[in-house]
Amino acid sequence: MKPAPFEYHDPRSVEDTIGLLAKYGDECKVLAGGQSLVPLMNFRLARPGRLIDINGVESLGRIRVENGRLQLGAMVRHTHVEHSNDIAARWPLLHEAIGWVGHSQIRNRGTVGGSVAHADPAAELPCALAALDARFHVLSKRGPRVLRWDQLFVSEFTTSLAPDELLTAIEVPPQDPSTGVAFVEFARRHGDFALGGAAATVSIGQDGRCAAATVALLSAGPRPVRADEAERRLVGARVDEAMIREAADVAVRGLHPTSDLHGSSEYRVKLLRVMTERAVTRALQRATRKAA
Amino acid sequence: MELHGIGASPLRKEDWPLLRGEGTFIADFKRPGMVHALVVRSPFAHARFTRIDGSAALQAPGVIDLVTAADLPDRGRPIPTRMFKDEAANRFLQKPLADGEVRYSGEPVAVLIAESRYLAEDAAELLNIDYEPLEVVLDPDAGTVAGHLVVERGDVEAAFAQADEVIKEEFFIQRHAATPLETRGLVAEFDASSKSLTVWGAAKIPHVNRRILAQLLGWDESRIRLVELHVGGGFGARGEFYPEDFLIPFAAMRVGRPVAWVEDREESLRAMNHSREQVHRVELALQRDGTFLGLKDTFVNDTGAYVRTHGMTVPGLSISMLPGPYAWPAYRGEYRSILTNKTPCGTYRSPGRFEVNFVRERLIDIAANRLGLDKVEIRRRNLIRDFPHDTGTLFDEHPVVYDSGDYPLLLDKALKTFDYEGLKRWRAKSAHRGLGIALFVEKAGPAEREYARIELASSGHATVFTGTASLGQGVETILAQVCATHLGLPFDRIRVVHGDTAAIPEGMGSFGSRAAMMGGAAVMGAAAKLRRQVLESAAEQLEAAPDDLVLAPDGVSVRGAPSRSVPLPALSVEDRFVCELLGFPYGIHLAAVEVDPATGAVRVHRYAVAYDIGRCINPMIVRGQVAGGFAQGLGGALLEEFAFDANGQPLAASFMDYLLPTSEDVPDLELLITEDAPSPLNPLGVKGAGEGGTAAVGGAIANAVADALGVEVTRLPLSPQRVMELARA
Amino acid sequence: MRKISVEINGRLVKGEVEPRLLLGDFIRDNAGLTGTHFGCEHGVCGACTVQLDGEPVRSCLMFAVQANGRRIATVEGMAPSATELHPLQQAFHEAHALQCGFCTPGILMTMEAFLRAEPDPSPERIRAALAGNLCRCTGYQNIVTAVRLAADRMR
Repeated sequence: MKPAPFEYHDPRSVEDTIGLLAKYGDECKVLAGGQSLVPLMNFRLARPGRLIDINGVESLGRIRVENGRLQLGAMVRHTHVEHSNDIAARWPLLHEAIGWVGHSQIRNRGTVGGSVAHADPAAELPCALAALDARFHVLSKRGPRVLRWDQLFVSEFTTSLAPDELLTAIEVPPQDPSTGVAFVEFARRHGDFALGGAAATVSIGQDGRCAAATVALLSAGPRPVRADEAERRLVGARVDEAMIREAADVAVRGLHPTSDLHGSSEYRVKLLRVMTERAVTRALQRATRKAA
Repeated sequence: MELHGIGASPLRKEDWPLLRGEGTFIADFKRPGMVHALVVRSPFAHARFTRIDGSAALQAPGVIDLVTAADLPDRGRPIPTRMFKDEAANRFLQKPLADGEVRYSGEPVAVLIAESRYLAEDAAELLNIDYEPLEVVLDPDAGTVAGHLVVERGDVEAAFAQADEVIKEEFFIQRHAATPLETRGLVAEFDASSKSLTVWGAAKIPHVNRRILAQLLGWDESRIRLVELHVGGGFGARGEFYPEDFLIPFAAMRVGRPVAWVEDREESLRAMNHSREQVHRVELALQRDGTFLGLKDTFVNDTGAYVRTHGMTVPGLSISMLPGPYAWPAYRGEYRSILTNKTPCGTYRSPGRFEVNFVRERLIDIAANRLGLDKVEIRRRNLIRDFPHDTGTLFDEHPVVYDSGDYPLLLDKALKTFDYEGLKRWRAKSAHRGLGIALFVEKAGPAEREYARIELASSGHATVFTGTASLGQGVETILAQVCATHLGLPFDRIRVVHGDTAAIPEGMGSFGSRAAMMGGAAVMGAAAKLRRQVLESAAEQLEAAPDDLVLAPDGVSVRGAPSRSVPLPALSVEDRFVCELLGFPYGIHLAAVEVDPATGAVRVHRYAVAYDIGRCINPMIVRGQVAGGFAQGLGGALLEEFAFDANGQPLAASFMDYLLPTSEDVPDLELLITEDAPSPLNPLGVKGAGEGGTAAVGGAIANAVADALGVEVTRLPLSPQRVMELARA
Repeated sequence: MRKISVEINGRLVKGEVEPRLLLGDFIRDNAGLTGTHFGCEHGVCGACTVQLDGEPVRSCLMFAVQANGRRIATVEGMAPSATELHPLQQAFHEAHALQCGFCTPGILMTMEAFLRAEPDPSPERIRAALAGNLCRCTGYQNIVTAVRLAADRMR
């Protein structure tokens, strides 16, 4: 299990990186944290002719807050998100989701941009970012683009990034501090890719009704799933157990997650329903506690 | 300096280099001029091929040689079975390389030798093999029969005719395997001047494998030396004679340079012995009061594509150990060992017993549920009470006679120690909680002889040479303890040498919980003999009775008169321990679980093992063995499964999908070790402790999950999906 | 080929390597430090864990060229001398936290960094931190005990 040979570039700037991408396009692959790409290379399931290692591009490794919006450089490591007090306080969903990613050794090396660009539908970050309506900053020699999650994630392991484009940053809008959030998942072992999971945010208005809600699912389809219909039913409702059950029921309607060794599609749908129920319940409890 | 004899828990002799990163595992071992072999494996589960075109591969950078079946003597001689031989199965032995037909995904078809593993993998991509896929057989009920056996004793028909109740069930145990964390590896070097071979990386049974290698090469054994280095776990699978054990030495002779081969995980999961896959159709006849009358079992054992070195060991042990700790007036067992297009099988810790303990203990719970009987009482009522107890079955060619035991006593102790009544109260407090109990008999000490030599130096140091092997279990430590006790020198003065056929003339190795029992008894014999010789000769010189002498590192002296002393002599003594019968330790597993029916998760609240091992040489090591064995059993009960797709492609082809338990999956184990029934078969009284931690985990966990859900569990593993399905049934 | 120089256990190791050479191979073959083991080469088992600038990483998931100019710590650098063990190693010895010892170096590398970050961890925290390292022999119980024992002694 040794990788096939490749040409190696280690640019120091974003400009150099997009220059290389423009020059080599299709034949190259960007190496971020490498925690998904390198295993594939060791199995020789991935064999890029060129690797563009962006670990030396320091400007991509910063966490900033601008106008209340979180700006995560693509090379921000999971561990930095995990240990950022600012993120824990202001974007708790992100904080909670990161805790489910792999193990400490993986989080020390893995990056938010790598996780997003890899677009594994079972990965936590894409799902959490979909729930948070994050925007993705993309750059190429042709100019910048800003994509919504549903514009970026196309399918399993596929994004809309062109071969010459680099994901440079992830921008997360400010969260209403009264919002309750929860990220839950279920895997055969902790640290494994989830058989199913859900992210939820719930805000309770002055009238005691749900003012805003988001529900996003992971391992539910070829890309993160936002349960729009469930969200619509929650908003404006008095959220009780029955309402949550109803939301969970509609959240999984029409889903066809892929079957594998660890769980059939039918099993996963049932699990996703339970995960949704648990995520919304927990988010509601937290929102209620904040309101009190 | 403390003696640290039998019963003490000195810190292990093995630890120091391993903790410092100074161990020498096979991948750490280098020889000058060494090159690297890559075993090219079949991507198909069943296919024909006529031609291996290596022309491009041989042109690739760094490539030295390519070996195919055509290059082997007789195009490759079959690897013989070493135990549980079955004449009929000899048609199905594996040859080192496939010759025109591959029968499982992962079967070796060629060996590439190159300057590095990287270059060998590059070259392998250039090999051209004209595979033509053939139909695959994956269902054990549909495969060719490689071995068949019926065991019958008592009047089975009459037993079933007079039964108040007959419980009939089908049970399935999934394919899983030992999966030690260090993959296999070998380094072989041929010395042209002496026409001799040295092979490093041997494990488990170096002397046995030397014999097999000599046989396959048509050589005299004396020209071959096998050497064991540090070994990263065995658990039954490592150390057997595999195709590579022929191919790597053969390659070394061909290229005239030392050849190294280190299996990677991707190959290991397909190449190393799998185990455990069985389907049992079993019937239990009993009276209304719970008295067992008879047991009938017909099972298929999926042995994969070939019969490997273990022959019929796994089905053979299954059929002989199914009766367990209970008295059966009548028993009939029948197995068919079946060929399928999957990785060939061998043993995995507690082979045959993990499987049948699940079958029998689950069946008894089903009977108890059906008859409304208490699950402990139905077991207690049927326990064997008189020893020795002849089960009427065989282990290989030896009768299975339980040597000693007090089963009801251990049951009572276990229930009390682990507060079974308290567990029952815990269970009653909430829904979806369950308790599972499973009783078992283990076996220890196969391969009827073992060798030991002790060399005493006048400096007061002793070196023990043993025919057993180290797989990480602590054999150096416990054999030094036995030597300390019976020679009388402190533990720190004793060194243990194992696993080098040049230093040790014979040995049967380490497997089946035999090292402590057989190896220990041999060391005890040699140590006692040595002590006697030393004392007798000192007695003559000092003109004192041997009983009045004190043996110490600085010499032998007269008790009470330390100035009357002589130095220790340099002396070497050897001994062989022979015992045709096996020892039978026994025990009880108790599981308390909580099931989440919404996800199918099984959380183990408490897990306890009571185990009578006759006599305990080192409590710390025994606890470690049982705890580690339990973790493996738990993997088999909940997580691990080698599944295949319809084309015979393995679905668990990496550690992403073959799920070994992690620190968050394995709870602390509660353990009661007893020494109430020493084995009368060896002077130490030990029975071996390596496998009891694994033996009944499937049974106990399945019983607990069934109890939690109020349904009957008949299949392993208890994956979340299966548990959810059971919960919704 | 690229020229690199990596500080491993305080010693500068130079080499000219192919970009595809895994960091673990560089440590084992170029630096001759074979205490770091490969157990799976796909980032699951944790046997190859080393510390990169003090943080545990999988050395099978990094290329040696990526460690150029960086600081690596391996198990060989733990013990203060040839006759002493690091308190964590000593605790593993005393608590029988290893059997075959193959996974041990990776576990020591993970746990050493963990105890620096959390000097007084609960058994649950230890289990969570240990979950990225597979051990097939011990059942983990004694490893948890050993880490706790070391924590008590190191505080």
